[in-house]
Amino acid sequence: MTQIIYDGSYEGWLSAVFESYEYKLKDVVFAKKENSNRLLFSNTHFVITDNNKANRVLNGLEQRLSKNGFSSIYLAFLSELDQIEEMLFRFVQYAFSSPINIEGDLSRSEVLNVKKAAHLTGKESHRMKAFVRFKLTKDDLYYAIVEPDCDVLPLIEQHFKNRYADQRWLIYDSKRRYGIYYDLEDVTTVEMQFESNPSSSFLAEINDENEEFFQNLWRNYFSSVNIESRKNTKLHIKHMPKRYWKNLTEKIPNLNKR
Amino acid sequence: MVQDRVMEKLAILADAAKYDVSCSSGQSTRKNKNKGLGDTGSGICHAFTEDGRCVSLLKILLTNHCIFDCAYCVSRKSNDIKRAAFTVQEVVDLTIGFYRRNYIEGLFLSSGIFDNPDFTMERLVRIVKKLRLEENFNGYIHLKAIPGASQELLREAGLYADRLSVNVEMPTEQSLKLLAPDKNHADVIKPMEYLKNEIVGYQEEKKANYKTPLFAPAGQSTQMVIGATKENDMEILGMANYFYEQMKMRRVYYSGYVPISHDNRLPAIGTPVPMIRENRLYQADWLIRYYGFNVNEIVGFDQPNLDLDIDPKLGWALRNLHQFPVDINTADLELIQRIPGIGFLSAKKIVAARNFKRLQPDDLKKLGIAYSRSKYFLAFSSPFYMQKDLTSIQIKSQILNMQNSKYKNDFSNQLSLF
Repeated sequence: MTQIIYDGSYEGWLSAVFESYEYKLKDVVFAKKENSNRLLFSNTHFVITDNNKANRVLNGLEQRLSKNGFSSIYLAFLSELDQIEEMLFRFVQYAFSSPINIEGDLSRSEVLNVKKAAHLTGKESHRMKAFVRFKLTKDDLYYAIVEPDCDVLPLIEQHFKNRYADQRWLIYDSKRRYGIYYDLEDVTTVEMQFESNPSSSFLAEINDENEEFFQNLWRNYFSSVNIESRKNTKLHIKHMPKRYWKNLTEKIPNLNKR
Repeated sequence: MVQDRVMEKLAILADAAKYDVSCSSGQSTRKNKNKGLGDTGSGICHAFTEDGRCVSLLKILLTNHCIFDCAYCVSRKSNDIKRAAFTVQEVVDLTIGFYRRNYIEGLFLSSGIFDNPDFTMERLVRIVKKLRLEENFNGYIHLKAIPGASQELLREAGLYADRLSVNVEMPTEQSLKLLAPDKNHADVIKPMEYLKNEIVGYQEEKKANYKTPLFAPAGQSTQMVIGATKENDMEILGMANYFYEQMKMRRVYYSGYVPISHDNRLPAIGTPVPMIRENRLYQADWLIRYYGFNVNEIVGFDQPNLDLDIDPKLGWALRNLHQFPVDINTADLELIQRIPGIGFLSAKKIVAARNFKRLQPDDLKKLGIAYSRSKYFLAFSSPFYMQKDLTSIQIKSQILNMQNSKYKNDFSNQLSLF
């Protein structure tokens, strides 16, 4: 068994895939650099991320898969599911070993697992397009905090860039401790620390004077459009799972209600 | 204080608008231009209320003052409720403020009819124009076309809105007469027809000249109130089919009547909202639009109402057992989609996967297909699963026994009557 250690990036993992072929490594498992769960009794192979190697793997896959199938690999990688690297590796091996496109072969778990993982990430990225709640600061920055299940910020930046072309915005992933920031020209990735439980006086200091009013309007609207006699809590929670509530304005009771 | 007043108006005018169920926002093609604000095409549901319905648009009335006295409507003239009206600027500010915070996909603006239809429509159009021209807002706008408004105003509305809708409200002319004496069926059908022709005309012109402006790119829709009057499902779906075929509607919405009045022409307050029936109608609607079913296959004179205890596709299959079993390893996609328990995504997966091997029951389970429902309708070439010759009543009771419907209590009440 060989454990390949890579830097955690997509390009890093692709480089690892390349080297597993280059060095004919057997029974490969993957580990990210920062993790300390190194396996005992196994060979360890360190990979340095190499864009040339990554691109060669990508080119090979692009030739063997449809556009959709090709992008599902990246989506599945971002799912961060347990053992997703190994699942993807088996998919890639199958794709390279077959003379025909294999992505329709859904009764094989190599293919189905990747499709499912990609679907999960796709769903989460759609959810974040919905659940981002911007707050406006005094210096005209719209900022939002999210905690998605999958690493979806790279997937949603284009959507927000197209839509909010005329406002500066920042979306911060507090689970992965990085954000994407749009400065009216480009979107850049920023690493920063965000206070997880800011005090209300601190918020009053940084937020625009109308911010709280709009949040209250939204809460008011949200409760006004509900039809009491159709109450369906199960469906409500299915669509808006509780783990997202702490970042959803309408699900946070207004503490300093007048 | 101004803020308090806006807060109160929002509560009143959102509450009054919530019985209009349309919330789709995905079918437009409007893009962000000149680095302005917003775009369309994503169809995002930003929140879900406690009744489980999605919140995609800021859905409000401009005012709930109304000169009409439609019995089924909360805003009817004779109803003793708080009245309010937004100013044009207030609607613009709310829309932009909500949109910039990513609360909504856009605006759904309707209104009670004050003074006369043209006066009301002119206000609605003024708001949309202001959003588009002054705020460079490219988000989704659904505008209600007020029955009786002039064609010039409807045309202007179409040039700035993404979708227009005229609600037919009642499935038949008689019911409309009974409950909405001020409204006239022709007043509803005429603007629909006008909009249909304009939409088609602009689409044709756009093909020839790409500079042609958009005209209601998300088309038009309508809504029928269900359960307030005694129409059966055949009449309702027949009407819907007419709208899809003759009016080229993108959507027909069915709104289960929520009792809001002591009027004895209507179900009494406290009568449950016909939610299962509404759900079955939507299922039937989907079968017609996406699964290639003809409305006559779903309801007919011998079967004027949809089954409440089973979905319409299963109902159809049980009435047509002679079309089964279907061999999923060889059948056409269209036929596979008709098998209960297999939706169109599952059907696509089956057709892709069977190129690699003959699919067996285990494979179907793996693909996430509702095998326990579909197994009664499937043929497998290998002999390990022998399909017994069950009658449709036996199949129905077996399927009902294994499903755990949240509406189960409602059925048992109905069944115990017999």
